[in-house]
Amino acid sequence: MADGNGKGGVLTAVKGMGTHLRNSQVWNSIFRPGSPARADSTDSPRNRAYVVMNNVLYHLHPVKVKRHGLKVSYVLCLGGLSFFLFIILTVTGIFLMFYYRPTSPAAYFDLQALATDVAFGQLVRNMHRWGAHLMVITVFLHMTRVFYHGAYKPPREFNWVVGIILLLLTLLLSFTGYLLPWDQLALWAVTVGSNMGAYAPVFGEQVSFILVGGVQITADTLLRFYVLHVLFLPFVIVIFMAVHFWRVRKDGGISGPL
Amino acid sequence: MAQLPENLLRRAAEARAKAEGIPVEEALAEMKGEAPPAGADAAAPSAGAPAPVAASGGPVRDLDAESSKFGVPRPLLDRGMRARARKDGTAVPAMAGAAVAASPAAGKAAPAAPAAPGGPPPAAGPPPGVRTQRLLTVVKAGAIQGTTKEPQDKVNVWPHLLAIEFVALLAMLALLTLMSAFIDAPLLEFANFNQQPNPSKAPWYFLGLQELLAYFDPQVAGVLLPTFGMIALMFIPYVDRNPSVRPSDRKLAFSIFTVFFMAASILTIFGSFFRGPGFNFVFPWRDGIFFDDLKTLLE
Ligand code: HEM
Repeated sequence: MADGNGKGGVLTAVKGMGTHLRNSQVWNSIFRPGSPARADSTDSPRNRAYVVMNNVLYHLHPVKVKRHGLKVSYVLCLGGLSFFLFIILTVTGIFLMFYYRPTSPAAYFDLQALATDVAFGQLVRNMHRWGAHLMVITVFLHMTRVFYHGAYKPPREFNWVVGIILLLLTLLLSFTGYLLPWDQLALWAVTVGSNMGAYAPVFGEQVSFILVGGVQITADTLLRFYVLHVLFLPFVIVIFMAVHFWRVRKDGGISGPL
Repeated sequence: MAQLPENLLRRAAEARAKAEGIPVEEALAEMKGEAPPAGADAAAPSAGAPAPVAASGGPVRDLDAESSKFGVPRPLLDRGMRARARKDGTAVPAMAGAAVAASPAAGKAAPAAPAAPGGPPPAAGPPPGVRTQRLLTVVKAGAIQGTTKEPQDKVNVWPHLLAIEFVALLAMLALLTLMSAFIDAPLLEFANFNQQPNPSKAPWYFLGLQELLAYFDPQVAGVLLPTFGMIALMFIPYVDRNPSVRPSDRKLAFSIFTVFFMAASILTIFGSFFRGPGFNFVFPWRDGIFFDDLKTLLE
């Protein structure tokens, strides 16, 4: 022990266990051939292709991309970051759902308790809120970069339209979430926002009535916005995102350089 | 049969010859529908044999010959023939050779007519344990999709793109976590229907619209402009017929979009920071900021 062999022995033992684990059937059943996590993996062009192709990643990425698509200055990662923010929002949102009841007055006091009684509660709530604001910004900037690159030109016209729908859905998600804290900011911001909609000709009042669940915002609106926010809109946006990503690939990958 | 390139035919013939143990020339001739070369021992009835004529004058088929010619098992051919006859409402074609013995009317339960003595032997299948393969069709290049792509400079997604994405993702996560660690989300007083705060502002991404409300009729600012804006955005790809993506060719498109982009940004910033009580104009540095989203940061 004193001669230092003990440390080396432990290291070797751990290493041996690692190798054993990485050669096991369980491990190899999880990581498909080509994955760098496998013990037998080597770095070869074929295995680099397999990392993507033999993997759920293949749903999002082709094996190879045009070289200019790598330049961060080209896509600025904005689409990808929008998607990443969406994922963060889903994870943090699920966390919040454990502590939140969409009724008046419980909603407000649940959020108060979250800040004081729940470990990392306030942090997660902050991440959810700032993440939502950031997502609106990244989606908007993503649209702008697509425009300036002319990346909506054939054959990508329809993906641009899908994109606009995604933008609308993002705004709606953000707007419905805005009411949920049930404080003065939430109540009156949503009141002002939905009053604008009520001015719409012909169906404006009906649409506003359905969304709000009455002629003006009440505790019923809270439940309505909650269901839209945690279930309906995420469901719809995921479908449109799937179409969006699929079209990016089917339309020939990222558009060409300027 | 479709016109097959010679080399493909040759390859198929070789494979078949190997599987059936017959000379390559014979297999090739058979596939082409020619008479087998002289001297070749005909294991199967020649496809070139003249088709017998049925007494009825109807179509005549020699299933054994077809079976060996096309390599389709005879029972399948027979079944297909009957199915077609049933569908078309026509009589089952008469059979050449011994197969005629099976009366078409009585043939519903007899898929393959037994070979009568003296008739040609049933098509010899491959020897047991040997699997043969058939070339169903050859799609000529360009028939479905043009393949005149120029070679492109491409790189592997792994590791190059995924590494970049991972870094971008970490950077975003770091930004968000830091922001959340230092700025708390606002939670004002409990919602009170009887006490409207002054000013009352919509969420910031709608503040451009609320700003427009200060200038136009609500029908115009709150409804017509946003609706029109969204529709106009959706139609951009169909209205802009200019195929070029080079900025120098797109001056008009650039200018129009930039004007709207700037207008939206300015209106939003204006609505957020330059509007105070009564939604009246304020200087944020003189009168304070009335923007509750950042209330915790500003306090
Ligand atoms: C939730 C919102 C959205 C997400 C998650 C998203 C995601 C993505 C991703 C990951 C890409 C790949 C390239 C890149 O990162 O730039 C992409 C491309 C694209 N997006 Fe989006 N997007 C969203 C909204 C939009 C919007 C609002 C528009 C436009 C109105 C749009 C139009 C397009 C187009 C046309 C492409 C193809 C660009 C090219 O080939 O260069 N997307 N999107």
